[in-house]
Amino acid sequence: MTTELKTVPKAIAGPSNFLDERLGGANFLKRNLRKIFPDHWSFLLGEIALYSFIILLLTGTFLTFWFKPSMEHVIYDGSYSPLTGVGMSAAYASTLEISFDVRGGLLMRQMHHWAALLFVAGMTVHMLRVFFTGAYRKPRELNWIIGVLLLTLALAEGLTGYSLPDDLLSGAGLRITEGVAISLPIVGTFITFFLFGGEYPGEDIVARFYALHILLIPGILLALISAHMVLMWVQKHTQMPGKSRTNQNVVGAPFYPAFMAKAGAYFLFTLAVIAGLATFAQINPIWLFGPYTPADVSAGSQPDWYMGFLEGALRIMPPWEINLFGTAHAGTLPLSVIIPALVPMGIIMTGLALYPFLERWVTGDNREHHVADRPRNNPHRTSIGISAMTFYGVLWLLGANDEIAANFHVSLNWTTYAGRFLIFVAPALAYLITYRMCLGLQRQDAAVVSHGVESGVIKRLPHGEFIEVHTPPADDIEAHVRGKEPVAMLPVAEDAAGIPPKGMRGPLGKLRARMSKAYGGEKIPLDEGHEHEEEHAAIGGGDDRSLTH
Amino acid sequence: MTDNEHEIEQPDERVPKRVIGTPAPGTSMLGTVEASDTDAEVPGVTLQDEDKARKAEKIVALCFTITFLASLAFIVSYVYFQVGSPEATGTSNLALGSTLTIAILGLAVGIVIWVRQIMPKYSLIQERHEMASAEPDREVVADTFIQGANESGFVKRKLLRRTLLLAAAPLGLVPLVLLRDLDNSKMSGGRFNEVLRHTVWGEKNKEGKPLKLVVEGTGQPIRAADFNSPGSILSVVPEGFEHDLNALAKATLILIKFRPEELKAGVRQNWTHDGIVAYSKICTHVGCPAALYEQNTHHILCPCHQSTFDAADGAKVIFGPAARPLPQLPITVDEQGYLIAQGDFDVPVGPSYWERGDAERAAREQGGQA
Repeated sequence: MTTELKTVPKAIAGPSNFLDERLGGANFLKRNLRKIFPDHWSFLLGEIALYSFIILLLTGTFLTFWFKPSMEHVIYDGSYSPLTGVGMSAAYASTLEISFDVRGGLLMRQMHHWAALLFVAGMTVHMLRVFFTGAYRKPRELNWIIGVLLLTLALAEGLTGYSLPDDLLSGAGLRITEGVAISLPIVGTFITFFLFGGEYPGEDIVARFYALHILLIPGILLALISAHMVLMWVQKHTQMPGKSRTNQNVVGAPFYPAFMAKAGAYFLFTLAVIAGLATFAQINPIWLFGPYTPADVSAGSQPDWYMGFLEGALRIMPPWEINLFGTAHAGTLPLSVIIPALVPMGIIMTGLALYPFLERWVTGDNREHHVADRPRNNPHRTSIGISAMTFYGVLWLLGANDEIAANFHVSLNWTTYAGRFLIFVAPALAYLITYRMCLGLQRQDAAVVSHGVESGVIKRLPHGEFIEVHTPPADDIEAHVRGKEPVAMLPVAEDAAGIPPKGMRGPLGKLRARMSKAYGGEKIPLDEGHEHEEEHAAIGGGDDRSLTH
Repeated sequence: MTDNEHEIEQPDERVPKRVIGTPAPGTSMLGTVEASDTDAEVPGVTLQDEDKARKAEKIVALCFTITFLASLAFIVSYVYFQVGSPEATGTSNLALGSTLTIAILGLAVGIVIWVRQIMPKYSLIQERHEMASAEPDREVVADTFIQGANESGFVKRKLLRRTLLLAAAPLGLVPLVLLRDLDNSKMSGGRFNEVLRHTVWGEKNKEGKPLKLVVEGTGQPIRAADFNSPGSILSVVPEGFEHDLNALAKATLILIKFRPEELKAGVRQNWTHDGIVAYSKICTHVGCPAALYEQNTHHILCPCHQSTFDAADGAKVIFGPAARPLPQLPITVDEQGYLIAQGDFDVPVGPSYWERGDAERAAREQGGQA
């Protein structure tokens, strides 16, 4: 069993030598082959998106070999007999061909669609992980912005992709896209006439979306994803707090061989799940929808999941429309379309992009952060995040209000009324509840650190009192809990004469100081005041205490 | 988690370490325990127990063999199962997909067991360095920048700088200008409204007569006398434009037969024929076909965003995000009794847009004059 390598085998040494003499890669590899990658389940979420993207490129290329991006009118004579003799676009006919006349074509089409859903889903949960752990903080703000761009582009990539087959469902989505685009003030008609090559639907949109979908957007995505990876590599991954983990180190497994193998296996898992879904879970059966005609639509038309929040916003909007000038010439503002099309997306994407900078402005925290926060330890951030998720979630649910009404036998109109109410109330409620939960969890942490964990043993004291015995927490748990840091805060204290520090005197400065005081500080300190022996005392002070630091 | 009774039983240890649902001291609630690296040769690298590793190797080998077999099965399925009908395609998809899934899953599971049970456990530490460059380096870069800027003459030579900026401005517009012909009609922006506000219902057929209303799908003209059961509904397209998607995107109609007493004030009576009313089927919200009709309530419902219109009352909006009623098309019958259009809609159909203005008011004023 002593078959261990003593020297690099010739088959590897030869080519390596050839390459190094020309590229000089050994210096890079010396530093990077054993690069350390920290471990945590939540660090795997972004990888789902990365691997889905690779699968999208591969399956997508396969589809282009047969797909015809043309709206030329053809009479179908392929092997799907229910549509024989029906007039349709070449795009739809070639999608049917991929589905029924190419072996493995249906599998690749379904894999492509499932991978697209998983791509956006993976990005979304990865983004939430980065947000809630504060992993976007200095020095990673730029990578965060690249991430926001990636998410936005992924939505555009999805929209241009599912419009291509030119079936009745994708056409409905395209029609809504047109209705939204034309509603924009002043430029709306220009945008639609330029996009569709004239009046809707025209004969160009499939070819144009095809160019965007297979070349322009994936090209930008690829470039940005590469930049995202390079920055992650250079800045090194964040790590969760724990034993021997500090802001100056990274603890984990080396790239070669462990992380490499794990990442490879994880890619294969993603591929297997997508292949399994494509095998057993039908998606987008375009042959059942029929070719597109603007005269028809099927009830229960739903977009892919990541467009659901826009759909929901359109559905719950009251019918507001303004004629600015009151004339018959210009000035129509269809608010019932413009607001839902722009506002939720604008709030979410702009909010995401600006958050790291707003937080830095409020906390005045200009330090580098490499240890991720546990979400509970920055309660306002976590509450803002959950509040935004609730906002998104309400819109998303309402995007399927007809399904909700049908399946739960409630009035369709009432789902809309409820949506109009919940879109304002639910995020506020979510904020309050999350904030309280974060403080509660922090109190529990403080209790674990200062009193230990409950042992389940009840002891009777000589004078008759019963107490529960507590035992100290395990090392690594304690290290994990003690990894907490107070949220940074600006020096807001007034001096002896009652004058606030410089930069906090104007109205904006005062607002900043007030926000900093609320956002920053230690809400529930890990109390180290007394040793825990066998006492079961009340835990936590009960009051929020903000400590300046 | 129930294997701790014996600990509690020990009489002297009345301070047991554990209770059901709580971890024993020393075990970790989060992640695996950092194994002691006493027997490891390199700190932070803990080798696996050789017996366990040997057992794991066999499982990994089994996984890889499964992948081998499943890949072969994939190739066989590709050759054996032909496509062509929905059933055959379904079988082929199932065979190809399941063999592919199993093949990849085998490889994935094998590698994971390899990493977790054969490769060592790692807890290596690497130092981080601040991202910012060292101050002297920054100074060198700043000096180099200044030197280069001065050498280039860009700062000193105003004429050069200004003409370069001058040159850049129109050149930057070139790509934008190139996009102008994206609109194939090349019409001026001012004409968009003109095009949008008209539908083919204003045109005449080859014989110079108004267009007949024909049934969508079959292309049959509709004799008013045959469309006579109240509550019935038809999806209608213009004669001669049955397959013209651009025309259909604006001209598709929903045709409803009412009892005369059901019609309310919102309906323009002289635009109906014998209780038959024609509305644009294109929703005024974002343009979906408002395809659903509820006979009892006379509600037209758009399935996309649930805008609801009262067909008995001029298709006025009673629910949902649409802000305007579905426009009514003036119809009548020709000498053979077929339904025809009297002319075009008096307002633009479909979704609202900036240039449309208050077309309804303009139409009302015009109607008043006539």
